Amino acid sequence: METPLTQNARPDCPPDRAAYERAGGYQALRIALRNLTPQAVIDEVKKSNLRGRGGAGFPTGLKWSLIPKDAPHPRYFAANADEMEPGTFKDRLLLEGGPHQFLEGLMLASYATKADVAYIFLRGEYVLAARRLEQAIAEAYAAGYLGRNILGSGYSLELYLHSSVGRYMCGEETALMNALEGKRANPRTKPPYPGTSGLWGKPTTVNNVETLCCVPHIVNRGAEWFRNLANTSSRAKDGGTKLYGASGKVKRPGLWELPMGATAREVLDRAGGMRGDLRLRGLLPGGASTDFMTEEHLDVPLDFTQPQKVGTRMGTGTMIVLDDRTCPVGMVWNLEQFFARESCGWCTPCWSGLAWVERILRALEEGQGKPGDLERLEFQTRFFGPGRTFCALAPGAAEPLQSALKYFREDFERHIREQRCPWS
Amino acid sequence: MLSEEERREIEHELTRYPTRQAVSIDAMKIVQKHRGWVSDEALRDIAEFLQLPMADLDGVATFYNLIFRKPVGRHVIYFCDSVSCWIMGAPRQHDHLCERLGAGRPLQAGETTTDGRFTLLPIVCLGACDHAPVMMVDSDLHTDLTPARIDRILEEYN
Repeated sequence: METPLTQNARPDCPPDRAAYERAGGYQALRIALRNLTPQAVIDEVKKSNLRGRGGAGFPTGLKWSLIPKDAPHPRYFAANADEMEPGTFKDRLLLEGGPHQFLEGLMLASYATKADVAYIFLRGEYVLAARRLEQAIAEAYAAGYLGRNILGSGYSLELYLHSSVGRYMCGEETALMNALEGKRANPRTKPPYPGTSGLWGKPTTVNNVETLCCVPHIVNRGAEWFRNLANTSSRAKDGGTKLYGASGKVKRPGLWELPMGATAREVLDRAGGMRGDLRLRGLLPGGASTDFMTEEHLDVPLDFTQPQKVGTRMGTGTMIVLDDRTCPVGMVWNLEQFFARESCGWCTPCWSGLAWVERILRALEEGQGKPGDLERLEFQTRFFGPGRTFCALAPGAAEPLQSALKYFREDFERHIREQRCPWS
Repeated sequence: MLSEEERREIEHELTRYPTRQAVSIDAMKIVQKHRGWVSDEALRDIAEFLQLPMADLDGVATFYNLIFRKPVGRHVIYFCDSVSCWIMGAPRQHDHLCERLGAGRPLQAGETTTDGRFTLLPIVCLGACDHAPVMMVDSDLHTDLTPARIDRILEEYN
């Protein structure tokens, strides 16, 4: 089984430029700059079926082609390294363990979209990643991979690291652009889409770290090879490998690069199953803003399409496991506290609805649940659901709550009936 | 007044962005690095230097989690309160930490110890969920927290 993204990742001591080059690094950049037009890179990525690994799964090649042909310069590229989705710890490995692979992907994406300036938007808490990226960027400039007239190709790119100051909202691409412009990270109205009017009103493309790390491999080995890395049932709409993870009370929490379309059961097997005599109650397949899955869904391939059949989505692919001795209501309360705190306050359904939901869940946990609370929670998940807010924060917050109300209904009802948390 | 050093560092950031406003956040980080926190006076200095309305900067400063608008202790503890850490028993570890840091009564999140050594803040998922529960002290990540480990970690910071 091939693991292109992580085979050279060394979190303890990442490959420097020379080591990365010895392993075939920066070949893809040379190939692209010498032999491929930006359009040819876009076409190859389109054919590869690469989709956005930040969680939304938007086709990457399509995103790159949304910039109008006659769009003005300067154009910008922003790498979204603001990993802050609770339960998600995959981009940290790629950034700390192999900064040059990420930089090469960012350079190729910038070339394909004819960007003049690229920013890495890194969450401020990733201090080790920041140090390693600064060093890798300096090495790349020294080698002529960045700057003016890269490798004699006529293409020029300036690359800067922006270390953020914390806020979940910044991971939303239009909020990220506001943050880079030195403003509050509120989302922007779409349209206009960033490809037309992004950073400082100029054409801008934003991609997640894991997405960008796939790009050098696609250029080196070809779209067909990349597509075929995915499991058979996923290849029609997806390609490549995916970093899957598991946290919670499993025997060996961790991260594994598997073919796209691996099942939750396979990931749980890698994690050694549940600890001790604990049993699985359910899991969030890819971060806080995904719907719960239960035992009966464990064989659904986790890609960007098939989990919809069971009412959820892959999200970031790093699953959070709920065991039978942890209170599902307490878990959802924790999640909604997070969303309520991180709401940027821009849209009323979000800041008001999330605070309300958080208060009801707190009351349930503190033994003060009232008849009608569950109906109020259900109403709220629709009230701040898709289509009612500028961005996906509140609709994301609705996902674990609405599915918990479905799968763990009896647990919620017990909290009201017994006027206490049965787990405490 | 911005110090010579602060001014030089902010000017370096200005070369990376097309507008002065874009440097707001970096400027606050720079000032915070030198002064420990961002006071009203510091915001006024930045506003003057970047030629921006003070109100805009204040809105930005209060929006972000890692800009401090009050003085903090010599070390800042960021304790992850997100879901994976919660499942792995973070509240118990947090209680232990608050007991250890408190004098007379447990320290509350947002407070600074009476000796000015630590400020305790909650933080969003730190992206180390396979080693939950976790916290950061200044820029150091500490994982797999237990009461004994927390005690040892605190001793590393004076």
